[in-house]
Amino acid sequence: MDMLQMKNISKSFPGTKALDSVDFYLKEQEILSLLGENGAGKTTLMKVLYGMLHPDTGEIYYKGEQIHQKSPLDAINKGICMVHQHFMLVPAFTVMDNIIVGNEPKSGLFVDEKKAREEVKALISRFNFNINPDTRVEKLSVGEQQRVEILKALYRKADVIILDEPTAVLTPHEVDSLFVILRKLKEEGKSIVIITHKLRETMAIADRINVLRDGRMIETDIDPKNATIHSLSEMMVGRQVALGIKRPAKNIGGVAFKVEHLKVVEDGVVKIKGIDFSIRRGEILGIAGIEGNGQTQLLESLTGLNTPVSMKITLDGKEIKGSADKFLRSGIGHIPEDRLTMGLATEMTIRDNLILGYHKSPSLQKNGILSSKKINDYSNKCREDFNIKTPSIDVKAKSLSGGNQQKIVIARTFSHNPDVIIAAHPTRGVDVGAMEYIHSKLLDLRDEGKAVLLISADLDEVRSLSDRILVLYEGKIVSESMPGDLSEVQLGLLMTGNKIDEEVKDEIREID
Amino acid sequence: MKSGKLINNRFLKSGSGSFTTSVMAFLLAIIVGGILIEIAGFSSLATYGAIFRGSLGSTKGIVLSLSQATPLLLTGLSFAIAFRVRIINTGAEGQVYIGAMAAALVGAYVNFLPGITHVAVSVLVGMIAGGMVGLFIGFLKIKFGASEVIVGIMLNEILILITAWLSTGPLMTPGSATAQTNPILETARLGRLVPRSQLTWALVLAVIIAFYLEWMIRKTTLGYEIQVIGSNLKAAKTAGINVPKIYLLTIFISGAIAGLGGAALSLGIHYRFIEGISTGFGFAGIPVAALAMYSPAGVVVSSFLFGALRAGAMTLNRTTSIPIEFVSVVQALVVVFVAAPMLIASIKKNLMKPFNGIRNKRESIKGGDA
Repeated sequence: MDMLQMKNISKSFPGTKALDSVDFYLKEQEILSLLGENGAGKTTLMKVLYGMLHPDTGEIYYKGEQIHQKSPLDAINKGICMVHQHFMLVPAFTVMDNIIVGNEPKSGLFVDEKKAREEVKALISRFNFNINPDTRVEKLSVGEQQRVEILKALYRKADVIILDEPTAVLTPHEVDSLFVILRKLKEEGKSIVIITHKLRETMAIADRINVLRDGRMIETDIDPKNATIHSLSEMMVGRQVALGIKRPAKNIGGVAFKVEHLKVVEDGVVKIKGIDFSIRRGEILGIAGIEGNGQTQLLESLTGLNTPVSMKITLDGKEIKGSADKFLRSGIGHIPEDRLTMGLATEMTIRDNLILGYHKSPSLQKNGILSSKKINDYSNKCREDFNIKTPSIDVKAKSLSGGNQQKIVIARTFSHNPDVIIAAHPTRGVDVGAMEYIHSKLLDLRDEGKAVLLISADLDEVRSLSDRILVLYEGKIVSESMPGDLSEVQLGLLMTGNKIDEEVKDEIREID
Repeated sequence: MKSGKLINNRFLKSGSGSFTTSVMAFLLAIIVGGILIEIAGFSSLATYGAIFRGSLGSTKGIVLSLSQATPLLLTGLSFAIAFRVRIINTGAEGQVYIGAMAAALVGAYVNFLPGITHVAVSVLVGMIAGGMVGLFIGFLKIKFGASEVIVGIMLNEILILITAWLSTGPLMTPGSATAQTNPILETARLGRLVPRSQLTWALVLAVIIAFYLEWMIRKTTLGYEIQVIGSNLKAAKTAGINVPKIYLLTIFISGAIAGLGGAALSLGIHYRFIEGISTGFGFAGIPVAALAMYSPAGVVVSSFLFGALRAGAMTLNRTTSIPIEFVSVVQALVVVFVAAPMLIASIKKNLMKPFNGIRNKRESIKGGDA
């Protein structure tokens, strides 16, 4: 029996039709993957189901009855819960408090703490979540926080759980444990929807796959056994795409960018323990590692945003020192870790964002007065060259999809002809089409003789683009290898602080 | 809900908000204020009629409105420009006092400056005095992370009392019964635009400053950096913008404009410093700036509206028995509605339904997907 049916759902936003007569169904005890590029309407469809948005047309049936959700509270009371991409947790509260908040068991006027604790503990052990209910959420890793969100849904007796991009923030290992949990939930009778654009993971976990494109449901009944990554990506994008592009470096030159004795201490904790490395012209140096092992500090040091205890950076033999502004003007381009908090002022226009950091360059201003004409010409050129999909450069950056927002950041950095590019998670949260585009731009730049440093949580990305790979673990470089030398599993072991000796290597090869 | 959110964010994060939202907030305040007046047993028509006659109904009324608007325009600008980098300058009142005192002292004791240079120097010194107070607040914020809100309020008390002490003690006019300093020299007086009124050249100066600031924010690299800091501080730092420098510069400008407001009072109206020279103009600038959505050019309009209300209140007081407190009620309601953008947004949405097709084109495209 179908647990849930959505019929003929349409939803328009000013200027766009986000959903166009979409039909959707969910069976009992299944894991459904809702696949589509950013902007395809996946989240919108699920927000309609969750009562956060109201459809212009269409009907929703749940357990055989037509329902009208006025708000998420309605949906939650009916047993439909959503785990958002950005977690809705109170960092200073304990796990238990976060789970029960809004649904506290009461005894009189007070919260019945004892009962709450029992219920939460029972849930945790039933699903083997391995979380201490008394830990404060701010102390948890991202993967653990996600489990708290799932617990929240379970505590509210959810039968349908919607997960919005659940793997976007997880390490490969955490993804595996999430999948274990999801399968367990399914066994327990829950129906699960995963919103995603990651194909490999979809194939691994889904019982059924739906593909949305431009607000239309392209396919509702794909069996992952009969699908391939290529067929799915073509359905998503609507054309042929090149995945995991690989172009070996042709002309690696001399050392351009050299970092020596980099040591960073933050709040009394040594975050980077004195590392040295260099990047040659025409080379992409990839840094693999689990987030929180010094990547942020490394990025900040290389872009002048913090003051390391010791560091010597030279670009073509010339030492670089000083403020972030100085680094930028010395030719170190920066693609920040998080475009929304660091890379863009989303309330400002695309044009304003395209000049951010370079707004003092003589080509855009004179005596402190910005040249509207020059900035317009430049912005329109960026928009064309980097294929930023927008009706105008005068709309706010926040109105664009993640992929197009990232293209603003990339366009800004690349069109100012930097010698070195520090790229952090350049394709995080962008769709397949934009990812392909950004990767090929990075490779183009490398082939022009730039030195590129690539830091990414996406191991596939590091492995396919890099010409050399360093593994960062607890602020130290623990391995240097050529792509292909080490398997994904071996890199994963190094990233978690394990050593790989020959015997283990052989075993792994067999498993691989 | 979607559009409500849009307005809300815009109000909080960006300086130039929707013009219609401001207008609606003002109209709504008039309507709700009218209902309250009726409930209290007075005629709202008579009340608003008297306010209108007193403010916009005659040349004299308009002149009075403009002169009432002048200090509000300056303190409104002071608050607005600081808020563009998200600094809340609650210290404007103190800056007004120190500006008034500094300008009055130069006006009274510096006697070698010929003609117009005397008034110019007096004004400038008043501005610098206010600006230095601003710089001090900014310095504490940057160096020690001190909250500018608290420091500003504390400094208000200190500066008001210090200037009061000066005007009752060492600098008091000998033989005077009230707390005031020596009168300024003729050459230091701000000229009047209309004879026998309190409307002075300060208004012209203030309007010029307002439009200069608007241009500066929109068209210069400094203004651009101010906008980026106000929109996303972390992105500003990442882009290499020297945030402390811009903070200091902005709060200096903010303080200097408030100081000019003080100078306008002592050089243009009282011709000396008197104790209690500002009747809360520093704080009155906050709703003026908020109604204008922190746009300097908008402050010109909003300060005129508030000035007109004040002028109208005077007529109300003279010609009717209706309590003038209702004017304060209306002013307070304006603030409430400006601060409740969601409410305005939903009213607007329902009123504007027939025009939605046109409006939609102007709104940016909002995709639903994250």
